[in-house]
Amino acid sequence: MSNLQVSVYRYNPETDSAPYMQEFQVDTKGRDLMVLDVLHLMKEQDSGLAYRRSCREGVCGSDGMNMNGKNGLACITPLSDVVKGNKLTLRPLPGLPVIRDMVVDMGLFYKQYERIQPYLQNDTPAPAIERLQSPEERDKLDGLYECILCACCSTSCPSFWWNPDKFVGPAGLLQSYRFLADSRDTATRERLTSLEDPFSVFRCRGIMNCVAVCPKGLNPTRAIGKIREMLLADAT
Amino acid sequence: MVTNITSFGRSGLSDWLMQRVSAVILALYTVFVVAYLLFNPNLDYYTWSGLFEQTWMRIFSLLAFVSIAAHAWIGLWTVTTDYLKSTRLRVGAQTLIILAIFVYLVWGIQILWGA
Repeated sequence: MSNLQVSVYRYNPETDSAPYMQEFQVDTKGRDLMVLDVLHLMKEQDSGLAYRRSCREGVCGSDGMNMNGKNGLACITPLSDVVKGNKLTLRPLPGLPVIRDMVVDMGLFYKQYERIQPYLQNDTPAPAIERLQSPEERDKLDGLYECILCACCSTSCPSFWWNPDKFVGPAGLLQSYRFLADSRDTATRERLTSLEDPFSVFRCRGIMNCVAVCPKGLNPTRAIGKIREMLLADAT
Repeated sequence: MVTNITSFGRSGLSDWLMQRVSAVILALYTVFVVAYLLFNPNLDYYTWSGLFEQTWMRIFSLLAFVSIAAHAWIGLWTVTTDYLKSTRLRVGAQTLIILAIFVYLVWGIQILWGA
């Protein structure tokens, strides 16, 4: 028996009055496929099924979705990691508006990313060659720059669900700290000032859902703690 | 920067610090009162009111009252901003909460210093 029971969230706002779950029987031929491969097999059965994918190897961050209740990248999640009792339930990333089926509107997520000004700011004259860093200064960026913005963390965070327009979210805050920790960035004070209100950083309750789901094994909660330490050091 | 006018300190950082400091004070006060009750099994009115007549106990109690007022304001303000999406409802609830905290605080001070 290699038929996998898959239940998929379907919603086409042009034809459906409400979202519904569609059942699929997928023949995996006993292989431990990736969830994305299962989606391809389902698309052969129903070509109308919509989902995002691109690199299919966990680099582009397109196919973030909720698999049996846990966010992750479908392309690097083997069935053996998520399937329980031969059943797989696939839903779009929670908390974001659904455009169609598994495709969500990432507008709010990107807006929060844009808000933290994710680029190097330096008001000193540019040197002749490049701005140098010591190996130790460069080491501080490890565990921060690797984020691929798949939104698995932010959409698993209740604080982001309730206030996606005000709370930056784990993904944005990880990137915010990436620039706060960068020895070449001189906008530290301005960055900290823009985060000091009760929502942007402090809506984080430290429940670490973000850490539990990050497909790249990053730790946004630690970065948020570091931002709080910097804010405290700057304001006391 | 997100504007806010009904939070306790008008700043996420000061609210966050205040929440932690008040939590430590409340923990110390709770441990002290529970320990006092455990070590005085046959507690009578005179011993109990004698404890609260001492200046240090009054300061400690007032500190705990102020801490619980700040702690409740910050915590419940956060709950209302998470779950009450209608502005009218949220501002109404926040006003009620802040007024209730004020009433309880003054009432507590009266009990502590009034006798």
